[in-house]
Amino acid sequence: MNNSVIPLSTIDLSLAAGLVVVLAVLTWYLRLGMSQRLVVAGIRTVVQLLLLGIILKYLFESSHPLLIGLITLVMLAVAGREVMARQQRPFIGLWGYGLGTISMFISSFTITLFSLNLVVNPEPWYLPQYSIPLLGMMLGNTMTGVALTLDNLTNQAWQQRAIIEQRLMLGDDWHTAIKDISRQSLRTGLIPIVNAMAAAGIISIPGMMTGQVLAGSSPFDAAKYQILIMFMITAGTGFAAVIASWLGAKRLFDERHRLRLERLKPKAIN
Amino acid sequence: MPDLKLIDISVAHLEPVSLDVKAGELVCISGESGSGKSLLLRAIADIIPHEGQALLDGQSSLSMNGPKWRSQVALLPAESQWWDDSVASHFVNSNQEYLTDLGLSEEAMTWQVSRCSTGEKQRLAILRLLNRTPICLLLDEPTGSLDPQNTERVEALITKLCKEQKLPVIWVSHSNEQIQRIADRQFKMQNGRLVEHEQ
Repeated sequence: MNNSVIPLSTIDLSLAAGLVVVLAVLTWYLRLGMSQRLVVAGIRTVVQLLLLGIILKYLFESSHPLLIGLITLVMLAVAGREVMARQQRPFIGLWGYGLGTISMFISSFTITLFSLNLVVNPEPWYLPQYSIPLLGMMLGNTMTGVALTLDNLTNQAWQQRAIIEQRLMLGDDWHTAIKDISRQSLRTGLIPIVNAMAAAGIISIPGMMTGQVLAGSSPFDAAKYQILIMFMITAGTGFAAVIASWLGAKRLFDERHRLRLERLKPKAIN
Repeated sequence: MPDLKLIDISVAHLEPVSLDVKAGELVCISGESGSGKSLLLRAIADIIPHEGQALLDGQSSLSMNGPKWRSQVALLPAESQWWDDSVASHFVNSNQEYLTDLGLSEEAMTWQVSRCSTGEKQRLAILRLLNRTPICLLLDEPTGSLDPQNTERVEALITKLCKEQKLPVIWVSHSNEQIQRIADRQFKMQNGRLVEHEQ
């Protein structure tokens, strides 16, 4: 097995960047109103990933547990912000940020700790070469699941206000009144990851496996890691979505089981 | 006997409302659209935050949880809502003793909601409300979309239940004729105030 990776030069990356520029020109021509966002996102990718490379290089060399802890918290904080940004009607105040962040924290951190200590067993267990990429992949996917779940929950609650209130008027408690919407939002949150599991290896070669193979690992070892990751991500996304949906639904009602949609931010007009 | 007592109930632009509705008494409220009639009913049913308090049979709504209160003090909204395909799944038990009183077919429980007319839905919503055996009724235009015959049926059933089972009833209506037929007392919502009208 050839273990050396062919290094990429600045010119190689510029060629790839050229493709995105062509796409930006095309979207401008088609008046999709996206060219600027596309370019900004492209620049963000370059800056963020290069910074990540520098930070990880330093982190892998030092392996200081406090530093690793700090990095994981920063990752969580950014993921929490992203979850909030992806919702049309997030909760007002701290809840808007806290809800997704808490759900992801409970789920992603527990599952990553479980995998590190009981499955992968690196020495020490927080070895950054394992802990940081594992947590990163967990958070990245969990984030999507939680954002979809919460976005669906709050939007549906807004649209189906009359139905929820009708059920409350008949004496149902908050849990029963929003049951159908909670279920639907959970389903929505879980669909991407279930689809990803079903398609893995046939329609797509998942990113991490591709990376490992490119880096010279045996495809079979890479497949095993990918299976582990898929299961972790699925469980993590599922648990986080359940937590987010429950907390979100509960927050939509007060202690008298009244629907309180004024706790949501009004939808921004595009 | 369950009397409904409202002490300074106020919400949004409504002036505080204090009102006693005796067991077996039917009180009608009229007033222009947007005058706050529905808002008042929603406050009594504790669906929305409000000032003041409501008591049923001497017990404050705050002495029990929201669902318990609302299962006793049942609010029928002007427009009924349905969350499932079949009519039957909206009912908590199969005992539909008022089905024929409301002029509904014996087969109504096998219907799909999507195939019901507005009038059928309105009567089914009344049936659904009674199905939960409340002891106080807040009805927001319960005959709003019914023909004269069915209006008469609903009036007959509700006044019968009000008198026989001694339920306090608040009925929001736009029709003066109807109010004359059914009301023991009548009120009008004017400029955010509830004013009693002599019969």
